[in-house]
Formats: sequence, structure tokens, C-alpha cells
Amino acid sequence: MASVIGLLFRRLLISFIVLIGVSMLIFAIARVIPGDPARIALGPNAKAEQIEQLRAEMHLDESLPVQYAQFLSDLSRGDLGTSLYTNRPVTTDIVQFLPATLELVFLAGLIMVLVGLPLGILAARYQGRWPDHLVRILALLTVSAPGFVWAVILMLLFAFYLPLFPIAGRIADIHEVQRITGFLIIDTLLAGNVAAFGSAIHHIILPAVALSLSGIGQAARLTRANMVETYKKPYIEMAHAYGFFPNRIARSYAFKPSLIPSLTIIGLDFAAMLGNAFLVEAVFAWPGLSRYGVAVILRKDLNAIMGTVLIIALTFLIVNIIVDLLIAFLNPRIRYSTREAS
Amino acid sequence: MIRALRILASNPLSLFGLLLVVLIVLVAILAPWIAPFPTHNGAVVDFAFANKAPGARNWMGTDLVGRDIFSRILYAYQISLTLGIVVLAIATPIGTVVGLIAGYSGGWLGTVLMRIVDVFLSIPPLVLAIAMMGVLEPTLTNAMLAVTVMWWPWYARLVYSVARSEREEGYVLAAEVIGANTAHITFREILPNCLPAIITKMTLDMGFVIIIASSLSFLGLGVQPPTPDLGSMVAEGARYLPDSWWLTVFPGLAILVAVFGFNLLGDGLRDVFGVDE
Repeated sequence: MASVIGLLFRRLLISFIVLIGVSMLIFAIARVIPGDPARIALGPNAKAEQIEQLRAEMHLDESLPVQYAQFLSDLSRGDLGTSLYTNRPVTTDIVQFLPATLELVFLAGLIMVLVGLPLGILAARYQGRWPDHLVRILALLTVSAPGFVWAVILMLLFAFYLPLFPIAGRIADIHEVQRITGFLIIDTLLAGNVAAFGSAIHHIILPAVALSLSGIGQAARLTRANMVETYKKPYIEMAHAYGFFPNRIARSYAFKPSLIPSLTIIGLDFAAMLGNAFLVEAVFAWPGLSRYGVAVILRKDLNAIMGTVLIIALTFLIVNIIVDLLIAFLNPRIRYSTREAS
Repeated sequence: MIRALRILASNPLSLFGLLLVVLIVLVAILAPWIAPFPTHNGAVVDFAFANKAPGARNWMGTDLVGRDIFSRILYAYQISLTLGIVVLAIATPIGTVVGLIAGYSGGWLGTVLMRIVDVFLSIPPLVLAIAMMGVLEPTLTNAMLAVTVMWWPWYARLVYSVARSEREEGYVLAAEVIGANTAHITFREILPNCLPAIITKMTLDMGFVIIIASSLSFLGLGVQPPTPDLGSMVAEGARYLPDSWWLTVFPGLAILVAVFGFNLLGDGLRDVFGVDE
């Protein structure tokens, strides 16, 4: 247990360093790239005084290190500046839009794990036979198209031709839900409103499936690849010799050691989903951070762009720490290791 | 080479992938000659044939201003493949050199380099490209730049891990013992052993670059109209679902077919070279 806590501190420290790096990178993208950010933000018809005023507000007349220091000190107070698109603090915008995206991404991640891992186990269990080939082709197909293509295809099939699911939005308009966490699935439950909860679930399924598809493929492929390696180990042969059922061997003996590399990939796929949410949200008119992100980018709203990217990177780092801790917890070699061993 | 092709051909799926890739490269190169309406790659309007369903004249239908979708897909393949080749041609050498230096030399330089790589990798790939395009003007060149900036760290990490394990091999030790200099060991001894992994990744990545680039243009941040691009074609057509389904379905399938081809081929190469996932 002590080693897991040690690992947590090490990971937190590294993540903090990486986060500083990310803030530099984002700052560099926003400032070093040619062009006057104030002019870009205000558009070609802006008056000289307006540009001067905005330059002063954004500290653009200072030297770059001073600007970066200013950016960092604002950041440490949770101040990401004001959005030129909504005229509100960027932090307020993010608090409003982030939960919808996280809700979508978390559900997609859940679908990825619940479908991808069993498919991988199935393929490895029937290695070289038809279920294996089928899973391989399906997995390869799902990773071969961007999220927006799957979103459009699913929408066409299951919202238009077979009208099983709604076309757009998060919840039917008739429901009034008081915002508590911003996660509609949770808020409707807290309010005890079963109809609204059902509507929220009904709305999220299609976008979540569209978002999860390529992750399912990745998870299935990797689980299969790792399990195929594990199947070559002597202790599996031993289990066969004992006469254990193949399904039991697949589940309890071959899958467990493969779970850890699979978890690592799931962490990476989560990052990909945070990006792909931009595409899926656009198709399903999902009112999340990604839609906000695209809107502020088209408006050249630098504060909002920097804030959005920073919060996405932060989310990703947090998820990765959780994944690392989970791995440490699942791996007996780390869980039981003493200080010397680590 | 012959042996590699034989292993590749022994797996029907890999062979199918190779055929798809060759076919797509050919139709992209030959687009001006084989497209039924070669002028439709630009700002042409033909309202008499606007928004027509697939038929004998237009196999994949026409778009809202009457341009032949099949012809535009052929031209869009040209853009996608060019973008993929340029991005990989720049990102791969940069990432490889960084990975080799960090992997072989190690030490504080290696640590600093890989921490920089970590910073790039901790922003989801598409988000980094989107952020860059948010500041840059949406043109083909800038899209290439944005995708390259997000792409090189993946090669750095791949080559770093291969170089780390190769460093412990006997042949590296032998080269060190006979007094070969660092540059020789890095580029003449270790690099050739990283090539199978690099080539496999490049094949798989052609597909991923096509996905990322089409995603950018889907969001309106990539190649601008009237230049044909698979992503912007899907975005344009999505507003007219389900009635004018051909506007989105065919460009979407065009992406799927191309990327699927590169993925099948890359998977096959992985078996040929014995590269791990």
C-alpha cells in the first residue's frame, strides 16, 4: 500500500511538471504564432483604439516572459480570462460546458471497456478460428473511420431510417432539470425524475456509441494480442493439463495478466475520445465543451481556446493518474512491493 | 523483399489491403484522366444537375451545386494522400532523431527530450491540431503544419523505446568496444534495427493522418472549399440528411475504404517484420 501512495506522489509530481510544459506549449501556440492576437480577435474592421485597449487588457505590450508569468499567475487563481465569444469568464463557460462532454466521454469509455475487452477475450479464446477473424476485421473496420463518419452512419440508420433514438440534443425539451452537477444523468436521478432520466439516457446512447466505436476496436485488438502471448506461457498449458474448461482458462488465467496493458491503452483511448468528442458533438448537436471549442476557434477567441485546451489536457492527465493507480493496485508486484524493490 | 512479399501475400487480408492501397494511390494519381467530370474539382456550378441521387450519369450523385461526387472523391484522395505523405515525411525523421538521441544517450538530455515529448502527448492528438488551426489560417499548408507538430512525438516515443532495448544488445556493445563514435552507433547500428517498427507505424499512420486531416476539415479548420476534401464534403452534406444521403455517405465511405486499406496493409507488415503492437 505504501508503494502505491509513493507512486501516486511521483505521478502527481510528474503530471505537474508536464502540466507546466503544456501551459508553455499552449502559450506558445497562442502568442508566438505570427499575427497580433488582439487584431485577430477583433477582426479586420476594428478601430486602432479598440485594438490598443484589448492589447493592454491581454498584456500584449509586455515582453513574452512577463506575459507568460501573468498567464500563470492568473491561471493559479483559476482565472482564464474573458471569452470574446460569450463575454463571460472562460472558467464559467468551461464549468457550464465540460460536464456534458465528460458525461459523453465517460459513457463511451464504459461501453468501450464492456464491449471491447470481451470481444478481445473471445478472439483470443477462439484464436485462428472464425470468431477471431470476425473480431479482427470488425476491430480494424471501427478504427478505420473518424468519429464523425460513424456518427453520421449511426444517425442515418438508427435515428432516421429506424427512428429508435433522437437526432440531436441531450434531453427532451419538456423536462426541466435543476443543474446540480451538470451531469444530466446524475442530476435527473438526484431530482428523482425518472422520465427525465430516461430521456437523458435515450439521448446519450447514439453519440456515446459513435464515440466509443474506434476505442472498442483498439481495446479488442490489444486484449487479443496480449492474451495470445499469455496463452503461450507454460502455466496455461498446465491449466489445460489439469483439465480446466477453456472458458475458465480464458477468463481467469489468460485474461488477468493482459488486463494491465489493456488498461494503459484504455487511458490513451480516453485521450483520443476527448478529441473525437469534437466530431461527435458536432454531428449530434451535443451542447458540450467541444461545440464551445469549435465556436471559439472560428471566432479566434484566444483566451477561450487556451482555456479549453488546458482543461482537456488536465482532464487527460487526471484520468492517466487514475489509470496508473488502478494498474498499481491490480498488479501484485507493485501492490506488495517493498520500498527496496521499487 | 521477395520473402516479405510472399509472407504478405500469404494472408488474404493483407493482400486485400495492399490491393486497396495500390488502387487508391492509382485513382488519386490518375484522377484528371479517369474522373468522369474532371473540371468538378473546383468552383464549378451546374444547377441543372444539382443534388441528384446516384444514377447512370453520376454514380455517386451530385452535390448541391451539381458537381459529380465521384469525381470530387477522386480529387479529394489526391489531397489526403499528399497531406499524409508530407506530414509523415517531416514528422518521422524529426521524431526518429529525437527518439534515437534520447534512447541511446539517455542521461539528462534524454530525460529532457522525453519530457518535452510527454508534454505534446498529454494533449489529445486531435485537440492539439484543432488548437493550432484555431490560431492559424485554415489552408492546406497550415493543416500539414498542425498535423506534423502533433505527430512527431509519437515517433520519438516509438524509436526511444526500441533504441532503449537495442542499446543493451551485444552488437552495440561490440561497436562501443571497437571504439565506434556515438553518431556511428546511433545512426548506422541502432537506426537500421528501428526501421521495421518505423515502417510499420508509417503505413498504419497514413490511415490515421487521413482521419485527423479529414476531421480538421470536417470542423471547417482544414482545406477550404472549393478544393474537394472528404471531411468537408461530409460536413456539408450532414445538414441534408436523411434525404440527400449520398452527399455524406459516399465521402464517409471513401475515408473508411482508404484508411481500412492502410490498416490492413500495416497489420500485414507487422506480421512480416514481427513487430509488436
